[in-house]
Amino acid sequence: MTSVAVGDETAMRRIGVTVNGTLQAGEVSVRLTLADFLRQDLKLTGTHLGCEHGVCGACTILLDGRAVRACLLLAVQVDGHSVTTVEGLAPSATVLHPLQEAFCAHHGLQCGFCTPGMLTTLVEFLKDCPDPSAEEVRVAISGNICRCTGYDSIVEATLSAAANMRDGS
Amino acid sequence: MTASGFPNSRVIGHDVARVEDEALIRGVGRFVDDIVLPGMLHVAFVRSPHAHAAILGIDPSGALGMPGVHAVLTLADLAPHLTDTRLVVAMPSPSYRQQLHRPVLADREVVHVGEPIAAVLADSRYLAEDAAALVDVDYDVLPVVADCVAALEPGSPTAHRDASSNLVAEMTVEYGDVAAAFAAAPHRFRERLWIHRGGSHSMECRGLVAVHDVLEDRLTVWSSTQMPHAAHRLLCDIMGLGERQIRVVTPDVGGGFGPKLIFYPEDVVVAVAARLLGRPVKWIEDRREHFVATTQERDQYWDVELATDDAGRVLGVRGLLVHDHGAWTARGVNVPQGAVAAMPLAYVVPAYSMAIKAAATNKVPVTPVRGAGQPQGVFAMERLLDSAARALGLDRAEIRRRNLVPAERMPYATPMRTRGGIPVVLDSGDYPRCQQMALDRADWAGFTARQQAARAEGRYIGIGLANYVEGTGRGPYEHVSVRIEPSGRIFVATGAAAMGQSTQTMLAQIVAEQLGADMSNIRVVTGDTAAAPLGIGGSNSRQAVLAGNSAHAAAIRVRERVLEAASQMLEVAAADLEIEGQRVRLKGAEEVGLTLSQVARAAAGQAGFSLPGQAGPGLAASEELVIDAMSYANGSAVVEVEVDIGTGAITIRNLVFAHDCGRALHPRIVDGQLMGGIAHGIGNALYEFMAYDENAQPVTTTLAEYLLVTATEMPPVTILHMESPTPLNPLGIKGVGEAGVIPIGAAVASAVEHALSSFGVRVNRLPLSPVDLLGLLNAATA
Repeated sequence: MTSVAVGDETAMRRIGVTVNGTLQAGEVSVRLTLADFLRQDLKLTGTHLGCEHGVCGACTILLDGRAVRACLLLAVQVDGHSVTTVEGLAPSATVLHPLQEAFCAHHGLQCGFCTPGMLTTLVEFLKDCPDPSAEEVRVAISGNICRCTGYDSIVEATLSAAANMRDGS
Repeated sequence: MTASGFPNSRVIGHDVARVEDEALIRGVGRFVDDIVLPGMLHVAFVRSPHAHAAILGIDPSGALGMPGVHAVLTLADLAPHLTDTRLVVAMPSPSYRQQLHRPVLADREVVHVGEPIAAVLADSRYLAEDAAALVDVDYDVLPVVADCVAALEPGSPTAHRDASSNLVAEMTVEYGDVAAAFAAAPHRFRERLWIHRGGSHSMECRGLVAVHDVLEDRLTVWSSTQMPHAAHRLLCDIMGLGERQIRVVTPDVGGGFGPKLIFYPEDVVVAVAARLLGRPVKWIEDRREHFVATTQERDQYWDVELATDDAGRVLGVRGLLVHDHGAWTARGVNVPQGAVAAMPLAYVVPAYSMAIKAAATNKVPVTPVRGAGQPQGVFAMERLLDSAARALGLDRAEIRRRNLVPAERMPYATPMRTRGGIPVVLDSGDYPRCQQMALDRADWAGFTARQQAARAEGRYIGIGLANYVEGTGRGPYEHVSVRIEPSGRIFVATGAAAMGQSTQTMLAQIVAEQLGADMSNIRVVTGDTAAAPLGIGGSNSRQAVLAGNSAHAAAIRVRERVLEAASQMLEVAAADLEIEGQRVRLKGAEEVGLTLSQVARAAAGQAGFSLPGQAGPGLAASEELVIDAMSYANGSAVVEVEVDIGTGAITIRNLVFAHDCGRALHPRIVDGQLMGGIAHGIGNALYEFMAYDENAQPVTTTLAEYLLVTATEMPPVTILHMESPTPLNPLGIKGVGEAGVIPIGAAVASAVEHALSSFGVRVNRLPLSPVDLLGLLNAATA
């Protein structure tokens, strides 16, 4: 690793990161955020930027399986790690993740801008808590802001998806 | 849910799958920031850090010297390419006392924090932002107007240094003999209210991408706007270009909620820059810019009076509304006008006189946010009714029941007119029954016992209610065309613009109902000026009403053409044919038929051969159904709260929302619209506060400081439906996009006041933060 002078915004560093199962290697500016790396360099535009200061949750991705804000991380910080974005949730082009199925079935999305962050947050949550109460789901998504739905339909969708996932469907 | 409103329908009235979801759920939608073009430059704006200052000079040299920076544009650079250096966007009104058309970029004076002064174009947004910090603007700070009431005091500084006063507009909305009504009234009640609303905060901020195609001399602008056709017209005007030379397209839009219907300085700068520099140009607003440069609603001060008889019947309402207009006229006076128009609407109010004064302040311009003034008008009326009920010893529901417009008087012609001069006629509904539905579900009658039980435990709970009537479906029209392509696929284009309200699904449903019931065979294009020659766009809960009914009419005409042509081709009577999926077939003998593709190809014609049937060529129709009169939706909210008198925290324990928007095209989408509005209303009641200091510096410019409702703040919500089809349109539908937000603040205030009635607390403001509530408690008990 080359050392980088503090304040040198033109400095580049080579990183390798597994994104949705594929190793991506390349040179990035040391100040490039992970969100911009995903959106601009990898063209994975499903990760949305709603506030760029870590509050709204729209840019949430999974870093080694944990939900984190892609706007608050630098691309260089995920060197050697594994990232899953919304584009990596569905098992195939014809099959959706159970959470995605349930969001559609329960009108859990309107404009769809917050949806990727909701989904990634909930993927992590249901792994830790496969049989949640509605209240637990609300707490789980309390760091993800949706201006459209009023959240009830998202909670319903999550409970439905959790039940389906427990049934193995 | 069942399709009770459309008993014989196959698609409309049913909770069909949304056509929008397929892309959005996989993260492969296309929002404006997802658009990337080769050679694209990125814009960062230099914005005023001062609420009011003279600009003595702008020196871009520091920025221009940076690598990767291509241009720094000021008004002087843009002016030669513009027909006007100001955005003349104010809706007509005789009420203006001064014209405040904002400049494309500020050059001599800045009048609010965040006002754009220069645009930096660079290879990346990172570089553009770096360089924007190096543009040196020399300011001379001027006195500031931070409050709309103080703005109208004699001797106040002016928000614009050359203005003689801060009075932007004044008008009085009145009918009946108010003076006589008050003179004769046995009871009068007065309230002085401060009502604040904040921004829209769609999760996607604003943004544009523009590219100039030199071969066709056509500028394409992708914009996250609610009104692409208005943007198109304004861009053509200000750039002096023909309609064919500009195309405005809305990609997926991540929420609108009002401010995206405005035409902004940034829209012009990005469009002009793309032509000037010959490169694609992108600007994506960040959240801080959304706080300081996107329009918002803000402060209204109401001084209102109600006159009643001994039975609590309303005899008259009068008062004055002072409205914070902001620094420029970015839309008009429609927010205070909408507030005053909404105030009496649910009730029989024989005499009414409300004066409006709109005052300029050194803050972001005010324009409609979901509800557009109506929540404030409802708040003022409902506060007065609570005040009267308390003094007259009446139940709060009873005083409302005595005054609500009764069902037997529908249609009820009020003496009012809309801002466009169209008579306000309440077309349908049963407001007292709707209120009763909400009361029954919320167990209003049993609340006293609950309250006593809580009080015995040292807890303070209260219940409140509010009614609203909302003018929806503002005309005059929306364009929809329906065409069956030679492939047999159905193409629908409209001037309506989608921003998350399921507009494409709604139109696909209506068209599918007439043309085979196969949603997957329909492609809907919204918000593209190249696909629809005319359009108005998304505002005023209007698109289902206007576009929906145009789609219905156009689809029926196309259906007639299909059946006429197929009847000739199959040599059977048209009445014996039906359309199922992508086929036209003989009823009862389904193997006899043609594909839509076969009919479309025949109807397209061949040189020298006759067309099938008498309906003319092609299988297409376009409609702009004109509906001037608004359809009036209504509803009632009952809210139960608990107040912690130690911390000032308010918890909503239960919320019941009974409403009537006519027939529901898609019940689940209707519920979704209402829930989103209710959440917004809770935010306005308890959390959202766009704070400025005494120098008009905004102090809530992150989502950590400006609090939006999250999932844990939502109470249990029950939505109840009535369906009074409006006679004003063939589908019998009314708008629902804004309804949810309208009565919530008023109902919460009523409930909080009720919870603290033993302290004599009077709620005369919104929002109610814990600190605010403790202040009211202290004032009441001092």
